[in-house]
Amino acid sequence: MNPELLSITWFILLNVLLIGYAILDGFDLGVGILHPFVARSDNERRLVMNSIGPLWDGNEVWLVTFGGALFAMFPDAYASIFSAFYLPFVLLLFALIFRAVSLEFRSKKVSAVWRTFWDILFFIGSTLAALLFGVAIGALMQGLELSERGDYLGTFWDMISGFSLAVGFFTVSLLAMHGAIYLYLKTEGPLQQRLLGWMKGTFYVYVSLFILVTAWSTFFIPASLQHFSSYPVLWVVPLLNVLAIANIPRAIQQERPFYAFISSCCTIAALVFLFSAAIFPDLVPAVNNAAHSITIFNGASSPLTLKIGLVIVAIGMPLVLSYTVLIYWTFRGKVQLDEHSY
Amino acid sequence: MDVVLLSRLQFAFTIMFHYIFPPLTIGLGLILAYLETRFFFTKKPIFSIASQFWTRIFVLNFAIGVASGIVMEFQFGTNWATYSRFVGDVFGSALAAEGIFAFFLESGFLAVVAFGRHRVRAGLYLFSVYMVALGSVFSSIWIVVANSWQQTPAGHHIVDVLRPTTMADGSSGVLPWVVDGVVQRRAEIVDFMGMVFNPSTVYRLTHVLLGCAAVGAFFVLSISAYYILTNKHREFAKHSFNGAVIFGLVAALGLAANGHSQAQNVYAYQPAKLAAFEGHFETGRGDLNLIGWPNAEQERIDFAINIPGGLSFMVFDDLSFSKTVVGLDRFHVEDRPPLVIPFFSWRIMVGLGGLMIVVCSLGLWFSIKKTLAEKKWLLWTFVFGIGFVILANQSGWIAAEVGRQPWTVHPPVEWNAEGTDLITAADGRYQYDESLGLRTKDSVSAAVSTTEAKSSLVLFSILYLALLAVWIMVLDRKIRTGPKLEDGTDAHGPGGIQQATSDRQHARLNDDSIVKGGA
Repeated sequence: MNPELLSITWFILLNVLLIGYAILDGFDLGVGILHPFVARSDNERRLVMNSIGPLWDGNEVWLVTFGGALFAMFPDAYASIFSAFYLPFVLLLFALIFRAVSLEFRSKKVSAVWRTFWDILFFIGSTLAALLFGVAIGALMQGLELSERGDYLGTFWDMISGFSLAVGFFTVSLLAMHGAIYLYLKTEGPLQQRLLGWMKGTFYVYVSLFILVTAWSTFFIPASLQHFSSYPVLWVVPLLNVLAIANIPRAIQQERPFYAFISSCCTIAALVFLFSAAIFPDLVPAVNNAAHSITIFNGASSPLTLKIGLVIVAIGMPLVLSYTVLIYWTFRGKVQLDEHSY
Repeated sequence: MDVVLLSRLQFAFTIMFHYIFPPLTIGLGLILAYLETRFFFTKKPIFSIASQFWTRIFVLNFAIGVASGIVMEFQFGTNWATYSRFVGDVFGSALAAEGIFAFFLESGFLAVVAFGRHRVRAGLYLFSVYMVALGSVFSSIWIVVANSWQQTPAGHHIVDVLRPTTMADGSSGVLPWVVDGVVQRRAEIVDFMGMVFNPSTVYRLTHVLLGCAAVGAFFVLSISAYYILTNKHREFAKHSFNGAVIFGLVAALGLAANGHSQAQNVYAYQPAKLAAFEGHFETGRGDLNLIGWPNAEQERIDFAINIPGGLSFMVFDDLSFSKTVVGLDRFHVEDRPPLVIPFFSWRIMVGLGGLMIVVCSLGLWFSIKKTLAEKKWLLWTFVFGIGFVILANQSGWIAAEVGRQPWTVHPPVEWNAEGTDLITAADGRYQYDESLGLRTKDSVSAAVSTTEAKSSLVLFSILYLALLAVWIMVLDRKIRTGPKLEDGTDAHGPGGIQQATSDRQHARLNDDSIVKGGA
């Protein structure tokens, strides 16, 4: 394979990892966002937490692997992005830590104050993580000011724009909806009935923000549609996305929540794709000087390393997928509490 | 304070906090695998009860290990961007491999181990326990590979970064990329297996895994000693103690043997580091300083008590106690590691390692003589011993990481043909090839300000100290609750462990001294 093709292959693989993360940990974060609102009793709160109990940890590994792959295959992009988003990523780490430890600690003491504290932290962690992912994506779509070597020249406040915040809230609403559908699948009784309203509510918020963000990026973020005129076939993706979104209320109405869940997975995948298409071939677009942009070609590792990476993926990914399927199969069905639960 | 120092402090603090948990996970993982195997083949409830107790603690440790582990992966990029660009091709590959081969395995099967006992068949459960243990070991392999590559780099070359450029005559070509007059360079893999099995990987990995085994053993010893002292869960505590004390002794002896060869490996590839460990200033016969205070300015050890020629023996297995050992005087001052921290952390590690052998031998001896429960001082030593074993693990890493300064990527050293001395320049000092390494001060992120680095350090400190407090509190509750039967009753009560293991008890009717002594 020639170097360009290797770079493109890795760009696609990174997208696969990001989509995997966004879909899988997406519902974990969504469950966290809804947690204080949908669950009324302690028992319900435990049910909500345990719906993701055995899964969140493995889901987060998709992010870790995405980070590792970005570091290995596009070290310049990894270095520039992570040092540019210094404070947001430190906060993101805190958010992920809050989420992890609140799941682990909450049920360890029978005390209302103790449990409420971890409930709040669980909510804050999940919401903040979703918000920061969105803000980072929005800021990247707008582009950063980079030095020739690719070091960020701006400040924290430069990346907080109306657009990046809009993408942030959009992400929160998307994951809340995704989480609501997931919870609906995993619960029963009055809790599930209550989730019906939350699915619809979060859907409407999501659709409104979807329209806002789509319009904003179409008119004010020139990059977002840059490849669509040369490759009209790309229009299939937003089209399918709209169909997937439209299918969500339809599936809920028909009481086929699993289809709604699949649709919301599809819309997440389509959105990640659209983000990548907007910045392609850049990984970090430089606004001050296009020559400073870090692309998948000038930011890539050596062809040998990209190939070694492909071998690792070829050996590792089938294993990963097989035990992911095994775990999801083991914990299929409605969530129930037993002595091993959180 | 500048960004370099702040970033180093932050990395040191976050990695030290994180490194409390992986050794516990790896050590306990091996113990869980053992207990579940015994349970699978014997079906004796005591193994299942013990395994479930340790599993609950394992899961708690694992969660904090995961949470604090992501911080480490992010930090290479957030704080050490220049380093990341330089090494990403090589170092990043090891981290990516860790994600795919280790983390998915670990976290996936942990779900079954933690939540799935009633959901899967016994065989799959046992398999899952093995996979979790294996995953945690895989993870340590890739991390030690990555770290060892920085210490003794191999399997790579360091090349100019090439960029397509338009020449003065209008034609285009690919030229070395120059930014602000500096040619940009980076490390690239040329031989993956050479990188993985770089000269120090195997020694260091063995040492790390044995260290983890020691932590696992002493963790179990601590809790079982506490139960013996307070006369709770007697049967469980006795069996756990006996198994763990053997495990601990084997690990501690292994650490001593492996440590010896590892020190020789350090001398071959990072002689300045070993000289700092030992406070060895003057090239010549190596005296082994048992204790003292390193005085960098006067280039001597104050108040030293030493074994003349002891270092020569250690480095070369030299029975004449006289061979020449390269000292710090072979290095320019700016190429020397700091002295005080490596000197003491190295001594703390070695000293505690020796004490581990002593206390495990005593524990085993009194356990065989069935007078263990009378030796309250020894049991209390075991209760608090775990803290010191964790400290020994931490000290070992501190020695390794401060001792390799001022480099993040250590350049190679060249020995003369006989291997007796370094090939020095005219001034008698060794001249490192700077282009083959990377200095710590040149590794940080240019984009990060002092204020940012300061705020994150303060925030991490607060968060981690709070987490540590909550972890100890929850752990303490779990230990006080103790092992429980599957129906939720205390294992110690009627129909509990004692009845369940009556076969074993009948076979060891005379084996009651521990219980009596502890009462």
